[in-house]
Order: sequence, then C-alpha cells, then structure tokens
Amino acid sequence: MTNLVLLFISTVLINNLVLVNFLGICPFLGVSGKLESAFGMGAAVTFVMTLATTLSWLIYHLVLDKFDILFLQYVVFILVIASLVQIVEMFVRKFSPALYQALGIYLPLITTNCAILGAALFMVSKNYGFLESVIFGFSGGVGFSLVLMIMAGIREELKFADIPKAFQGAALTLITAGLLALIFVGFSGLVSA
Amino acid sequence: MNKIIKGLWAEHPIFRQLLGMCPTLAVTTTAVNGISMGCAVIFVLTFSSLVVSLIKKIVPNQVRIAVYTVIIATFVTVVDIVFKAYFPAISKSLGPYIPLIVVNCIILGRCEAFASKHDVKSSLIDALSMGLGFTWGLLVLSSIREVLGFGTIFGLTVMPKGYDPLVVMILPAGAFITLGFLVAIMAKLEKR
Repeated sequence: MTNLVLLFISTVLINNLVLVNFLGICPFLGVSGKLESAFGMGAAVTFVMTLATTLSWLIYHLVLDKFDILFLQYVVFILVIASLVQIVEMFVRKFSPALYQALGIYLPLITTNCAILGAALFMVSKNYGFLESVIFGFSGGVGFSLVLMIMAGIREELKFADIPKAFQGAALTLITAGLLALIFVGFSGLVSA
Repeated sequence: MNKIIKGLWAEHPIFRQLLGMCPTLAVTTTAVNGISMGCAVIFVLTFSSLVVSLIKKIVPNQVRIAVYTVIIATFVTVVDIVFKAYFPAISKSLGPYIPLIVVNCIILGRCEAFASKHDVKSSLIDALSMGLGFTWGLLVLSSIREVLGFGTIFGLTVMPKGYDPLVVMILPAGAFITLGFLVAIMAKLEKR
C-alpha cells in the first residue's frame, strides 16, 4: 500500500510526465490558455490514460508476451489508444451528455497526445505489476492536469503583462514552462527511490 | 525550390509550427542525440508520406487517421529495431523517445495535411524538407545545450578549461528556456 502511495506522489510531482519527461507538450502549450479548458483537457487525459495503461498492461502481458510478438507492441498500443478514445467518446456521448459537453472537443485530440502512449511505454519498461500500472496511469493523468492548470493560471495572469513582441505567445509559454520545471526539481528529494 | 525552403525556414516545424515538441525537448541534451533523432524522423516521415500518398485513393475517409497511424507505427518499429541492432548506445540514450515518434505530430500532420492530398513526388519533397527542417532545429537546440551544459560538442571539449558547466541546461528547465529563446529569435528575424 505504501508503495502505491509513493508511486502516486512520485509520478505526480517528481517524475511529472510533462515537466520531466516532456510528454504531452502539444496540448500543454495548446490548451493552457484558459483555466476552464485546461481542467477539461486534464480530466479527459486522466480518464483515458488510466484506462489505456490498464488495457495495455493486460494486452502486453496476456497476449503479446505470451505469443512472443513483442515487436508488434507499438502498433498494438497505438491502436488500443485510438480505439479507446473512440469508444470513450461514444460512451460518454450516449450516457452523459453533460460530461460530453465538457470534454467533447478534447477527446479526439487525445489520440495524438504522446503522454498516453508514453505512459504505456514507461509502464512496460519499468516492469510495473497490474495494480501499479493502474495507479501509474491515473497519477500520470493527475500530474498532467496539475501542471496544465498551474500553467493556465499563470497564462491568464500574463495576458495583462507588457511583453516584448518577439516573446509573445509560444516563446513566453516555453520560458514559463522552463521556470515551472525548475520549481518541480525542488520536489525531487521528496521520495527517495 | 520554394517547396524545399518551406520546411527549412518559412514553415519550420519546430520554430514556426511548434510541432514535435516532445522529442525536440527531450533528446536534445547532446548534439549526437539530436542528429540521431532527426535522422530517425526523416526516415519515418519520408516513408510514411510515400505510402500515404500511394494509397490515398483506396483509404476510406473515416478510418484514414487510424490507417496513417498504423503505417507510421510500422516504420517506427523498423527504425527501433535497426537502432537497437546497429547503434545500441544511441538506442539506449534515446530510450522511449524512439517509439514515441509514432505520436510525433509532425509526421501525422504532414501525412494528413499534405501527403494525403498530393502526388508522390511533391509528398516526398515535402517530407524531406520538413524532416531536414526538424533536424537542423534539433541540431541547433542540442548544440547550445551540449556546449553550455557539458562544455563539449559531439563529445569534443570546446569550452576553456576553467568553464563550469551550466547543469541547468541539461535539466528539462534548460530545454524549455533555450527553446523559448530560439522561438523568440526566430519571431524577431521574421519581422525584418
């Protein structure tokens, strides 16, 4: 149990997918303009990532490993993610129109979110067990949402700042992300691995 | 000629379109890594564009993204296996970022926006141009980070003896900040 809690904390704060592993940078730069959309994107990613790592773990260990076809893993993982996103989208639309309204536009974007595939690949390379994989997927999503929302909060404030022309937009966002990454380095002593 | 310049400058994938950010930031700690990632992307991008352009008429519109993704994933698997067999050291230092080329938005982006609508020859030119543009972007970013962070370039010491390496350049923070400044410089240059 302690293990799982530590895994959660270290995935959210220390090995943050966005700021340490550079996964999911595209939505991180694209959707972090407004706090509200950042929350929607974060929720959608957390949801899909938890399901994707769970499902990938099952397929990897019960099918690919068993039949010795590991070389197919990239093709299989991306198909799992793409179809998962599709199913989740249809499911949410049918059963929870309110949630669909909130997540709707973010769902299709998730297929090309490298954080999802990245989480699945990390899970394999770190040899996590089943329960660990589920927690890893969930906490990866939480870490992503956390950083995305911090970033959105900062950018909402920056709108009113006087910024040199060349730095407006992407350049400033990247530098802000850099400073944020520097802050997150401070968490690295939190859990001794 | 204009088509070639497009990816190298006017529509540069990293500095102008901000595509393919994960590998751009993650693997550019040393110039060798940057070049290797660039080559891998050129290979996958060129062959994926070629295949997508060849089969564009027979792929049903609804499943095209899935089909493109599978094509890309196949070529990425080839690159991964080749790197593992012939360049094990590079394969190790690039780690999961080789398989992550699958979700590199430059590749899917060019397949969807260009190769699926144009003939084979212009698709190939477009892929090469974007791939080379991506590679020089990586090379610039990784050279800056390697020189300042390790005091070396391609493993050769270039900084004077007393130089104290800036560790932050190797950390993720250095990647974000350096890229931020490069994007700003490019924006400034464009305005002239």
